[in-house]
Amino acid sequence: MARATATKVGGPAPALELPDTEGHIHTLPAAGTAPATVVFWTCNHCPYALAWHDRLVEVARDYGPQDVRFLAVNSNDAERYPRDSLEAMRERVLEEGWPFPYLHDESQQAARDWAAQTTPHLYVLDRELRIRYEGAPDADHMNPAENAAWLREALDAVLAGEDPPRDATDPVGCSIKWKQ
Amino acid sequence: MLREEMAAHGLDPDSVEVREVRTEADADRAAFVGSPTIRIDGRDVQAPADEPVGLTCRVYRLRDGRISPLPDRDDLRETLEQAMDGGTD
Repeated sequence: MARATATKVGGPAPALELPDTEGHIHTLPAAGTAPATVVFWTCNHCPYALAWHDRLVEVARDYGPQDVRFLAVNSNDAERYPRDSLEAMRERVLEEGWPFPYLHDESQQAARDWAAQTTPHLYVLDRELRIRYEGAPDADHMNPAENAAWLREALDAVLAGEDPPRDATDPVGCSIKWKQ
Repeated sequence: MLREEMAAHGLDPDSVEVREVRTEADADRAAFVGSPTIRIDGRDVQAPADEPVGLTCRVYRLRDGRISPLPDRDDLRETLEQAMDGGTD
C-alpha cells in the first residue's frame, strides 16, 4: 500500500499547468479565487480509479455550486498503457460527461512535483492553495455507500474555514505508471 | 480469495502456480489482459470481453455491477467447481 506523504499537508500546493482533453490549458494558481480546489490523479485503466470515479463526480456536482474547483490529472505512460492515451481520455470525458477537466500530464512532471503515487490520489486545497487533505476519497473503494466521505469532510472543513478532521490518509489504488 | 475457495473445496491452496508477466512479449504469449488474471485449468474465471492484451491492471465487473480489482467470488467458485467436475460449462 502506498503511504501518504503527510509532510506536504499544510504546505503550498505545487504549481500546475496542463492541457485538458481539448487542449485548453488549466493552471494553478488560476485567475479568480476558488474557496477550495480538489486536484486528483486518476486514469482510465485502474479498477480502483474506476470504482471511485462516480463518487468523485457526485462530489464535484454537489460542491460545484459552492465554486469548488476540481482538476483530474492523468500522468500514466500511455505508450505502455494505451487505455490512458489522450484520445482515450477525450472519449471518456465526452461519453461520460465529466463535470471537471481531465488534464494530460504527458511529461509526468506534475505527478513528480506533487508526489502523486496512485490512481486515485487526492489533494484538497484551501483558498490560499495550501494542501489541507491528501489521500483516498473514503475508506472502501468497493462500497459506494462510503460516498467519498473523507473528501467531503475535508471540503466541508475547508469551506468552513476549519481544519479537516483528518489531514491525510493512505492513497489506495494502482501505482502511477511511470515511463521507463 | 482463490486459496480460500480452494481450501473450502478440499484442494491444496499451495498448489496455486503464480506467474509474473514482466514484458509485453510475455503478455502477448500468455494472452494476458491484466493483473490479476486467475485461470483454473486454463480457464479464466471471468472470460475477457474485448480487453486488449498487455501489462495493465485488470478491471473486473462483479455480478452486482460494481467495478473491482478482483473477480467476483461466485465467478471464481463456479469456475473452480466446473474444473473439479471436469467440465467447462
